[in-house]
Amino acid sequence: MTSGVVLAAAGQMSGGELAAFWVLAPLALLGAIGMVTSRNAVHSALWLVLTMLCLGVFYVIQAGPFIGVAQVIVYTGAIMMLFLFVLMLIGRDASDSLIETLRGQRTAALILGIGFAGLVGTGVYRALKGGPEAVNFTQEATNTNVQAVAREIFTKYVFAFEATSALLITAAIGAMVLAHVERAKEDKPNQPDLMRARFRLGAGHPGAKAGPGVYATSDSVATPARLPDGTLTDASVPEIMPIRELTAAESAPKGTDEK
Amino acid sequence: MFTAADPALTDFGRDPWWIVLIKLLFAFVVGMGLTVLGVWFERRVVAYMAQRPGPNQVGPFGLLQTLMDGIKGMLKEDILPKKADKVVFFFAPTICAIFALTSLSVIPFAGKVSMFGHVTPMQVTDLPVGALVVLACSSMAVYGIVLGGWASGSTYPLLGGLRSSAQMISYEVALGLSLVAVFMTAGTMSTSGIVAAQAHGSAYTVLGVTLHAPSWYALLLIPSFLVFLVSAFGETNRAPFDLPEAESELVAGYMTEYSSIKFMLYMLAEYVAMVSMSAMITTLFLGGWRAPWPITLWSGANDGWFGLLWFFAKVTLILFLFVWVRATLPRLRYDQFMRFGWKVLLPVNLLWIVVLAGIKTMQTESMEARTKWVVIIGVVVVLGVVALLWPNSRKEPDPAVQERRAARSAGGFPVPPMDLQVPPSPRAKRAVAERRPANVPGASTPDSEEV
Repeated sequence: MTSGVVLAAAGQMSGGELAAFWVLAPLALLGAIGMVTSRNAVHSALWLVLTMLCLGVFYVIQAGPFIGVAQVIVYTGAIMMLFLFVLMLIGRDASDSLIETLRGQRTAALILGIGFAGLVGTGVYRALKGGPEAVNFTQEATNTNVQAVAREIFTKYVFAFEATSALLITAAIGAMVLAHVERAKEDKPNQPDLMRARFRLGAGHPGAKAGPGVYATSDSVATPARLPDGTLTDASVPEIMPIRELTAAESAPKGTDEK
Repeated sequence: MFTAADPALTDFGRDPWWIVLIKLLFAFVVGMGLTVLGVWFERRVVAYMAQRPGPNQVGPFGLLQTLMDGIKGMLKEDILPKKADKVVFFFAPTICAIFALTSLSVIPFAGKVSMFGHVTPMQVTDLPVGALVVLACSSMAVYGIVLGGWASGSTYPLLGGLRSSAQMISYEVALGLSLVAVFMTAGTMSTSGIVAAQAHGSAYTVLGVTLHAPSWYALLLIPSFLVFLVSAFGETNRAPFDLPEAESELVAGYMTEYSSIKFMLYMLAEYVAMVSMSAMITTLFLGGWRAPWPITLWSGANDGWFGLLWFFAKVTLILFLFVWVRATLPRLRYDQFMRFGWKVLLPVNLLWIVVLAGIKTMQTESMEARTKWVVIIGVVVVLGVVALLWPNSRKEPDPAVQERRAARSAGGFPVPPMDLQVPPSPRAKRAVAERRPANVPGASTPDSEEV
């Protein structure tokens, strides 16, 4: 962002860049506001996606195509998608409540927010006052932006890069260890165990229960099935069904078997 | 006709606006046209493989069938489910279609062509990170599917959407990693640059004989090519990886609640994604718009508009592969599919990148020949030792029946003895006995055996 501010201050914006900025900047702001004000968690995430996409395009028009595309692929495409994944699994009606669950949460958030705003403000102020000179990667590298970024990452900032990757891997493995429940092989019931449990005395019916009766006169689910000994069983009829005897006319032969 | 047909990155962004418009329109028409033809092509090819005619009534060879189906689909009633999230439900299919079409903008359809007196590359635009734009588009297209599934307010679409998001994110990793080998070899991420890098294979001198390495990355980087091909099937939700719309499990997956023009948009997006993925495979691995080897003996093969011919021939070939695989392979089970992506494609890819990086280092660095041979032999020896000492994962053979019977504890299953003599079935006897003897006059009726 810094280099863009510097360029803007120096009045070096081209027409296309200016147009893109004035179209996308309100959209990015709208996304940010919508993200905070939206009641539905999924809508909130979608507003954030809009802001992130706009930021990606900003990076591209400020001659940082690699970081722009990485923003879209990594943050918008993967991380926000995982957010959405979790939100959808939790349920669509999970809107946040206004009750403070952690004591002093709001005060802490306010202080941190003001601190962050101060940091960003100072950064912008220093950039406008001609702080560190903006580096034009495209000219400096004689090659492309990508190679220039790669050279910086793997030479000057290689330690920070490796430390960050180690941190991320540690976090990923930590999350996996915390979330993964190891079950011993003995704890998991195997098929003989399940079979024995099913046939144990008092465990109920071992096999499939008798289905509702299908007879020549009736194939309704309300018709009880006959057990092997000829008695009717109520277990075959869903409990929701009203009990009803067939009338004489209904139970009489339909006459379809007569010539 | 131009002999220097390879565009450089500096050739882009210099066209007048109307040429940009023409090229945009061309990419759009390619996307739509190949969709319409692609659906027809797929139905005809699958039909041919199943030994039936396929669509053959509307237009010559049934060519207009897709058009008619499209018109019919658009005129159907548009149903909005009561529990749907209205805005998101409306936008989800458009997201899918827009991003599928956008990725066609960085595909080089041909080299430099002459268009109304302007010499311009036959590609809407190119970036230093052109190939990554396609990846970004396909990762954004997941939103269309996931949001469509969620906004329907119904269970099956939600499950389909979640499945597809997990699937596409997993396979995007493999897809992106197989691009790394291409970038390393080509030295650029721009699509036009990758095509240019595949123009000529580098020459090697082995034992005094000059050999040319194959110029197509499909041959040069065959592990990457295969992984990319498989991941492309996963990324475009095509069979055998069409789990998000597995009709035997999820009705129609994320598009269950969609109807009319929104449903058509989803279908369109699926086919455009297939087309752009084929175009991407062509560009990255099959030499792009350049003619294959025997044709290049004719020096004018790659000039001007001829590129379009070779490009679309290759794309059609890949599309045929998509259809062929769909007609051949059954759908994978979900857990097998995820295991394949994470535990096979990803490690294979990482290993291949390390090996390739080793080869590149050996080639570029001014190492002594002796050191090189020492390194190569060292690697081979280490690999051999690892292979020898690798723990044997083969299971012991199952014990014989006698051993199992001897080891059986009380309360186990009853196992019949090995020398069991099965007695003849009593039913067979009855069938003989009940047969009525021929009614011969004079003959006495024998007593039938009662069973």
